[in-house]
Amino acid sequence: MFSLTPEEWMAIELSLRVAIVATLFALPLGLVVAYLLARKDFWGKALLDGLVHLPLVLPPVVTGYFLLLTFGRRGPVGHFLEQTFGIVFAFRWTGAALACGVMGFPLMVRPIRLAMESIDRKIEDAASTLGADPFWRFVTVTLPLSLPGIIAGTLLCFAKALGEFGATITFVSNIPGETQTISAAIYTLTQVPSGDAAALRLVIIATIISLIALMLSEFLARRATARFHGL
Amino acid sequence: MLTVDIDKTLGTFRLTAQFEAADRVTALFGQSGAGKTSLINMVGGLVAPDRGRIVLDGEVLFDAARRINVPVHRRRIGYVFQEGRLFPHLDVRRNLDYGRWMRGLAHDAQAHTHILAMLDIGDLMDRRPAQLSGGERQRVAIGRALLMQPRMLLLDEPLASLDAARKAEILPYLERLRDDAGMPMLYVSHDRAEVARIAQTILHIADGRIMPRPTADALFAVDA
Repeated sequence: MFSLTPEEWMAIELSLRVAIVATLFALPLGLVVAYLLARKDFWGKALLDGLVHLPLVLPPVVTGYFLLLTFGRRGPVGHFLEQTFGIVFAFRWTGAALACGVMGFPLMVRPIRLAMESIDRKIEDAASTLGADPFWRFVTVTLPLSLPGIIAGTLLCFAKALGEFGATITFVSNIPGETQTISAAIYTLTQVPSGDAAALRLVIIATIISLIALMLSEFLARRATARFHGL
Repeated sequence: MLTVDIDKTLGTFRLTAQFEAADRVTALFGQSGAGKTSLINMVGGLVAPDRGRIVLDGEVLFDAARRINVPVHRRRIGYVFQEGRLFPHLDVRRNLDYGRWMRGLAHDAQAHTHILAMLDIGDLMDRRPAQLSGGERQRVAIGRALLMQPRMLLLDEPLASLDAARKAEILPYLERLRDDAGMPMLYVSHDRAEVARIAQTILHIADGRIMPRPTADALFAVDA
C-alpha cells in the first residue's frame, strides 16, 4: 500500500514547499514584531498585538476570506502587487504560503516574545557599556539569548503551515499541483469512495513529518539552552 | 577629570549631587538605597538625569539645558557591575573581546597580555561564565571592561556578592589596577574597610545627597 501516486507526491512536495516558504518569510517579520511587543511602548501596540493574534481565534475560513478580499486579484493589495511587481497570490501556491504564514504567525511570535521578555535587561545594558549600538546589541545579545524561543516559534509556525487547511482552501482553493497540500488532498480523498487507502497513506506521512520536526526542534532548543549553562 | 552636577527624581526619592572626581579612585560610599548606583548609572549613561551636567575630561556627556545626552555605547566608560553580567552564551575569550569588536579596535597584544596577567585570567579563556567561580567571574568582568580601552572605570559594588575569602582574593587586583594601570575609577561601595583601602577620595552619600566631606575619623564614626 506504500507506493505513492504522482499526485500524492505532488501534495507532499507542495506542502513542504509552502510550509518552508511561509516560515522563512514569517521569521524576520516575527522577530521584529516580537521585539516590538516585548520591548517597546508605542501608540497602537494593543492593536498590533490583537491583529497578530486574530488568526488564532477567528475561524480559519474567515481569515482565508479576508485574504481573498485583500490579496485576491481584485483586492486592493493583490491588485497593487500584480500591477507593480507581477506577484499574484490568488489560486497560486504562493497564496497558500501566504495563508499558512498568516495562520502560523501568532504561534511564531508568542514564544519569541516570551523568550525576549525573559532576557535579563542588565546583560543588554552591559553590552551597551561595552560599545554595542542598539542594532549590534540586538544581534549579539538579544537574538542568541532568545534562541530557544526562536526555535520553538519557528517550529510551531512550520507545523501550523504544514497542516493548515481552512484559510488556504478558502483563499486559493484546492488545485492539484498548485494549491492542493497534504491536508487538502486528504480532504479530497475522503470525499470519494475509493480514497480511503490513499488518505491513510497521507495521514501517516503527515504524522511522520510533524514528529520529525517536533523532535528536531526539541533537540535544537535543548542544545541552545545547554550552551548558556556551560555544558 | 569628571564633573557631575545633577538632579534626579525617582518616584518619591530625590537625588541631588555635585562633585568633581579628580583623584585616581573616587569612592561613592553609603548605605544601600542612598542613591549611589543611580548616580553612577547616570555617569555611565544608563539613566538620564532630570537636570544638570556631566562632563568627563572636557567632553560634555550630558547637559539637560543643551539637550545633550551621549548614548551609553558612545561614552567609552567601562562598567563593572555587582553581578558581573558576563554574556552567558559566550566563552571568556569572547566576553573579553566583545568591547574590542563593538568598538572596532585593533588587537593590542601587549595590553591584552598585561591585563590577563594582572587579573590572572589567562587560564579561563575557553570556559563559559556558568563554569566560573564568583571571584573568577568578577575578574573577567573587570578584564572585559578594561579591554574596551575605557576613559574611566565605574565599579558598582564589585565585591558585594562575594564572601570574605573571595573579597580578599579580588581586592589586590583592584589595587594593582589602581597603581599600575592608572585608570580613573568611580567606586561604589557600602563597605567602609573596602573603600578606605582602595580610594583616595571618599564621597559619603546619604538619602540622595552628598554629605559634607568627612575626615577619616568622622567616616569611621558614621552611624557606627
